[in-house]
Order: sequence, then C-alpha cells, then structure tokens
Amino acid sequence: MQTHAKNVPTEELQSIVGGERVRDASEEDAVDGVTPSVVVEPGTVEETSEVMKLASREGLAVSPRGGGTKMGLGNPPREADLILSTARMDEVIEHAPGDQIVRVQAGIKLEDLQERLAGADQMLGIDPPEGAAGATVGGIVAANSSGPRRLRYGTVRDLIIGIRVVLADGTVAKAGGKVVKNVAGYDLSKLFTGSLGTLGVIAEANFRLHPVRETARTVVVEVDDYKTVADAAQDLTHSSFTQFVLDALEMRWDGNKGVVAALFEGIEPAVEAQTTAASQILGSHGEVRVLDGDDGEAFWEDLGRRPWAAGDVGLKVSAPPADLTAVLDSVLGAAGRREVEVRVSGHAGTGVTFAGLSGGEDGLVEVVEEVREIRVRRGGSVLVQEAPLSIKSRLDAWGTGGDYLGLTRRVKEKFDPGYTMNPGRFLGGI
Amino acid sequence: MDRGQLIQTMKEILGPQGVIHEREELRTYECDGLMNYRVIPDLVVLPESAEQVQQIVKTCYVEGIPFVARGSGTGLSGGALPVEAGILIVLTRMRRILEVDIPNGRVVVEPGVINVWVTQEVADEGYYYAPDPASQIVSSIGGNLAENSGGVHCLKYGFTTNHVMGAEVVLPDGSVVHLGGGKAPDAPGYELLGAFVGSEGTLGIATKITLRILRKPESVRTLLAAFKDTEEAGGAVSGIIGAGIVPAAIEMMDRLTTEAVETQISPGFPDAGAILIVELDGPEAEVENQFEHVIKVCEENDASEIRIAEDDEERALFWKGRKAAFGAMGSISNDYYVQDGVVPRTELGAVLKKIADLSEEYGLRVANVFHAGDGNLHPLVLYDNDAPGEAEKAEDLAGDIVFTCLEHGGSLTGEHGIGRDKMKYMPRMFTADDMNVMQLLRCAFDPHQICNPGKIFPTPRLCGERPGPFHMHPVQKAGLAENF
Repeated sequence: MQTHAKNVPTEELQSIVGGERVRDASEEDAVDGVTPSVVVEPGTVEETSEVMKLASREGLAVSPRGGGTKMGLGNPPREADLILSTARMDEVIEHAPGDQIVRVQAGIKLEDLQERLAGADQMLGIDPPEGAAGATVGGIVAANSSGPRRLRYGTVRDLIIGIRVVLADGTVAKAGGKVVKNVAGYDLSKLFTGSLGTLGVIAEANFRLHPVRETARTVVVEVDDYKTVADAAQDLTHSSFTQFVLDALEMRWDGNKGVVAALFEGIEPAVEAQTTAASQILGSHGEVRVLDGDDGEAFWEDLGRRPWAAGDVGLKVSAPPADLTAVLDSVLGAAGRREVEVRVSGHAGTGVTFAGLSGGEDGLVEVVEEVREIRVRRGGSVLVQEAPLSIKSRLDAWGTGGDYLGLTRRVKEKFDPGYTMNPGRFLGGI
Repeated sequence: MDRGQLIQTMKEILGPQGVIHEREELRTYECDGLMNYRVIPDLVVLPESAEQVQQIVKTCYVEGIPFVARGSGTGLSGGALPVEAGILIVLTRMRRILEVDIPNGRVVVEPGVINVWVTQEVADEGYYYAPDPASQIVSSIGGNLAENSGGVHCLKYGFTTNHVMGAEVVLPDGSVVHLGGGKAPDAPGYELLGAFVGSEGTLGIATKITLRILRKPESVRTLLAAFKDTEEAGGAVSGIIGAGIVPAAIEMMDRLTTEAVETQISPGFPDAGAILIVELDGPEAEVENQFEHVIKVCEENDASEIRIAEDDEERALFWKGRKAAFGAMGSISNDYYVQDGVVPRTELGAVLKKIADLSEEYGLRVANVFHAGDGNLHPLVLYDNDAPGEAEKAEDLAGDIVFTCLEHGGSLTGEHGIGRDKMKYMPRMFTADDMNVMQLLRCAFDPHQICNPGKIFPTPRLCGERPGPFHMHPVQKAGLAENF
C-alpha cells in the first residue's frame, strides 16, 4: 500500500506530452485499490520514452493502461504513482492484406482493429471476452488474454510477429519484424506477452492475420452430469476434428446442468459435413442443437463471458485437457464442502477452466488453496483473476510459480532494475 | 583447472566413453552444416542424461569454461560451431522418447531424438509432429528447438515454437528449470519458453522437451504446376492466398533448381521456368472444394501443366524432388552457398528480379527454391571454390541478397538462424538499442556469457554494463584514473 505521496513534476510532464494530456488521477484510476497521483497520455513512442525517463529519475511507479479492462489482474501494486495511458496511440501503422500482417500502436482497441481488418476479409485470431468492453491490443498482449478460438489460432504468443517497447529507463527497442517467418535475434515479442507491464511499455505490436471464414455453425449438446462434459470434449478432440479443424471447443457447468459446444468455421460444404459428424458424436451424450447466424453469435457471446461477477472470486485453472473431469471434481468438490456457490466454463479443448465462486470469505480462501494445491501438484496452475481486495490480501493471485521463479526475477531485474513498472502486481512480488 | 584435470573431471562424470579429447577425433566436430567456419573444440563430451548435462555445465560455470551444445550438427548458420578452449556438449546419446500421451496430444522426448522419429512413434495412433524441416530425417529435436526450425508445412501449422509446449532446461549456471506448462497451457509468469525456443543455444541446454502432436488430417491433396517464369508462379501464389485459402504448403522452384533436381534424382519434373507445389490438407469437403479453386487459379495464371498427385507415392515423389533441392546443387556446381532470407510475400516478384540482376552483376548463378507462402527464400549461390576469389564473391552476393530482403521489409533469416554466419549483418536489421535490450535477456540467463558465446550478436555486452552512451566514472572525470 502506498504510504506517502511522491512529488510528481506535473509541469515537466506537461512539457513532454502537452498540458491537457496530464491530469490528476481520481478514484476511478485506482489500480486494485491504490490510487495514483497522475494520469499521463503520451501520443508517440518518443513521448513515452521521455515520460519513462522522468519517472525513473524521480522514482515514480508506473502502471501502463490501455482500455483499463484488466486493472484488477494480478496482485495489488505496492505503489502506483503514474498511469501511463496508451489511449492516444491507437493507429494502424500498416495493414498489408496481401501479406496477411498488421502493425498497430498498442492503444488501438481490439474491436476497432477487427473492424478495420474485416474490410479486407481478414481478422486477428484473438477473441478474449474483454474485447467487447474496449480492451486494447497492448493490454491484451500484456495480459496474454485469449478466447474460444485459441484452439485453432493459438494465443497471442503464436500470432505476434514483432514488437516495439519502451523500457523503464526510456530505451526504445524493437524485436521481430513484419514477416510471418523470422528467426533473427531473440523473440522479445513472446517475452513481453503476458508480462503485465512489468518489463516495459508495449508501444507497438505486429501480428499475423487470418482470412475471415465465410460461414460458421455451432453444435451444442446439453448434459446433466458434469462427468459427461469431459467425455464429450475428449470424444470430439480425438475424432478427426483436430486442433486445425475445430475452431473452438467450450464447456459450461452451472451446478446441475451444462453444455459442450463446438464451433466450425469455413466454407459451407465443409462446415456442413463437420456439423453433421460432430452432431453424431455429441448426440451420444445428450440432446444436440445446431446454431448458426445471429443465434450462434449470441450463444458465443454468452458462453464466452467469464462465470463471475464483481465481488466473486474468479479462477483460471490450467490443466492437461484430458484431466477435465478431475479439474471439475476438485473445483466442485472443494466448493461443495464449504457451501461456496460455483459456476464453471472454459476452453475444454485446450485445458483452461474458469470458475466463479461466491460465498463466505474463509470458505472462498480455503477453496482456492485446496484447488491450487491439487492442480499445481498435477502439473498445472490456478490463477486468481478476480477477487475483492480483502481476499487478495490473503491469497497470491499467481500462486508460488515453479522452479523458474529465480530466473523470472533475474529477467525482471535486467529489464527494470528499479522496479518502476507495475511493482508488486506480478508473479513472486515482481 | 588445466586440460588434463578437466578431462579427468569429465571422465568421472561421463565415464571414459563419454569424453573425446584426441585431436584427430575432435576434428570430426569442427563444424556443423555450414562448413565455411571450422573450430576444433578443446573437448567433446557425450552425456547420456540430464544429470550428466547438469554436472558438465556446473563444472563449466565454476571454471569459467565456455561450452556449446550440439545435436546432429545439421544447422546451416554455424550455430553449433565450437569455441576454442571450450567444450562441445554433443547430445546425440540422449535420444529416448520418454512419454507418449495421446489423450493430451503430447510427446516428451530427449533432445537427441530425431525429428521424424516423433511422427513414426505416434503414426499408428493417427497422429504426427507438424514441424518438418528438410533435414528432418537427421536433425534432432533439441537442434530444432534451438533454431526454431520451420519446414514446408509451417505456413498453416506454424514453427517449432508453436509446437514446443514445455522444456526442462539446464541453465548456464548448472541449475535446472522447467519452462512452459508442458501438458497444461498458460504457465504463470513470463513467457520464458517462447524466448528460449529459437535462442540458438545461447540461453541454456534443453534436456527434456514436451511436444504437441496433431491428428493426421482427414484428406491431403497435392499438385504440381509448371509456369513460364517465377513471376507467373508468383501470381498464382497471390491468387491462392488472396482467395482466403491457407494451404498446408506452397513451394516454388526455379528452372536452375529443377534442372539440378532432375539431374540428381529424376522425379520427372516438367521443363518449365518455375514449378509450384501446392498441398492442401484438412477435412475432405473443405480440401476438395479449395483444391478445385487452386487448380483454377493456376490455370488463370497460365500454368503450362498441372499434375495432381494420384496417390501417396506420387505425392512423396513431388516432395522428394523439393527436399532434394539443396543437395542436388552438387550435380551442377562444385560448391554452393545456401542463403536464407524472408520478404513480405507481396515483394517476392521484385526481390526475385533483383536477385537475377545481382546474379548477372556478380557473374555467378543463383538457383531459387523457396517457401512461397511465407516469403522465405532460399537462394543457392553457385560457385567454384578452386577459382581464385570466387568463394568471397559468392559470400558477397549472398550478403547482397539478404540486404535486398531487408530493403523490402523482410528478415535476415527465416529458419536457419543468425548463428556465427550472420552476426555481422545484425546491425543492418537491428539498432544498437534493439540488440542491447535482447542481450538483457542473455544476461539474465547467462551472466558469465559462457553458453555458446560469439553467436547472434556482433558485439557481446558485459552483463554488468548499462546500455546506452558511455558515461565517464566520476573518479575518471576528476582525472584520478584512466579508462584502460
């Protein structure tokens, strides 16, 4: 927690970015309960670099912010003096449809980018739920956010091909490039993916794009036993519907009923054939519906939402995909024993399960600890992605990390030796 | 520790069979697939387990001895070139497939396992390992990981980095870390696995690697189309991609390449200015529909001949011809240099024209074979080592070709790596700050710079230094000391 306000040289900041681009922070700018002093909006990489130099010189803690949709992710910061907003850096620098690549400034909203790309029948294969809430590309890279289509396109790390960053000391550096295939130099694009602003400010990012598919159809099966969820998902995974045929394979369990849903996108005859085959496979587990058009879109918008609300505890459980039943056993079991209500959804095809928990505070903490102990022991992880501050003070959002924690710290200390960037929010107190 | 003591220590770790120290035997390891550079290592060690690797590296760390890890030694950028007064750690005895986990789609292997063995291991279950560099029958998974190897099918399926899900790594200080989630996705913390894959052996040694395997596609269709020249073939490539089709592979060969291949293995390629091999895979309905479209695009671009592989045998013949391209150059030239550059796909035509001009200017033949879908060129510069000055001329020409790639928005390398060979070109693609920041990562992994030193970066950075302009020490400023 912040103990004393630091001197923020507002006038000097104004001379860098312009008077109206610096303002006092309000409660709404708080980062997980810590209210910063100032919000600054640089318009260029050069201005960002100057702001960072000043912040480093003055020992100010900086929290980069895009759309502000994930300011509660991770642990509460030890300090936050300056919000560095990328909102003004929202341009498409280059879109080369023939090369299927795009270069953007970090502050562009994902939705705006997708709309631009759709004009050329292309898209960026990243579809996290916060995209609809105004998340920026920079924020999505920093948080390594993903959505249902990760089954087909992978996550940010698989699609990012270049990056430009500003380090805490103001150094501007790039890595990668604008070609899809490239092994020159270290892949810092991947290193910065998921770094939650703790290594530097992501200023620009380049991506590989994919063609928009002409048609989409969804096969949904309703199940009344959670063990059936995993069986249905495994049956589809190991049919001829591989990672590169099936676009998404998702599940939801609401306590006494659930669904497993498969999304097929492509050309009409192929989607038709896949839908028929998938209906047969899923039909042995329950009643099947086939959705398309607006019905399909509405279904996915609903299913893609995380199963928690403000005030709940939201977990992201990563596990080998074939362990889905065991994951549900541990989550539902731990919650059931403590009168904690639980709703579950997730990427059944890739082994990511989200659990929304509500109930008494002690019970919630115990559930998280129990599930985390089991899942980590079995080679996975449990992140707390949403929780009230009172619970965050009792639980680390990331868990303890693996044997790579020391290496992780050394990386942090090379890139940001003064712990200027988002101090305390990341794994291991980084 | 003198050399004698070091040999003794290594024999204690590995047994006498695991240590090579006679000069004549060491010579076997003086280079990798790029034979222009040769260095005889001080010692070669052949560990059989991760524990042995760890003990070797610990010794190197304590004694300050540089080391280089090597798999099959097929790399084409000198990435596994030994260092003088250093140890070469050869991982070819670590070649066990440790686990096959079909329900989770994972295979766990040791680094010396040969690429194609992974597919062989899981083929009966209907699975395969997607990255398929041309060297796949000899190159090792550890080497593939170090170089982030590509292959002909990476346009659709991605590169090694998209298929390595976890790695046990011996860091340059001898400690062991497990990077990536392995079977579980999204390990918390920095994406260190993504940074490690493709780091050309400079950040540590992978001793256990978790790979993703894929279900074999339901249907595969392959065609070979002949065109008047590379420009027309390039038009067909743009037409296919522009139609929203993501082929499993699109490969192009120019006339010189096909002639060489014909001389060598006679796959019966048509006589043409350029040949395209296009492969589609996936669900049958999709493949059939899009295959028709590909044929139409080839016809529209005046293909003089289109051959459709009728069965696996014919498909294998097409690919055999393509994969033999590098080796076949030996039949039309005494020596050749394999270049590896990348350009945005839409720049292919302009770059090929520039390469033809350069070829004429230098008076050396250049054969072109490339992954047309992702703009990854492999110009083969033909020369005669016995002709005075020709080797240097070939190297200059190859250099000018990658500079051309950079001018057109591309990269120095798509899959062969920077290694020793292209270090000197790095400043043409990256600023000093770019490289300094990359080396921060190096310093976090390898503070003493003993792990494959002298690769990738032309100017190694001492890890205590801060990047940026030189600042005079206050003592020095006061005239009390000089900077030596």
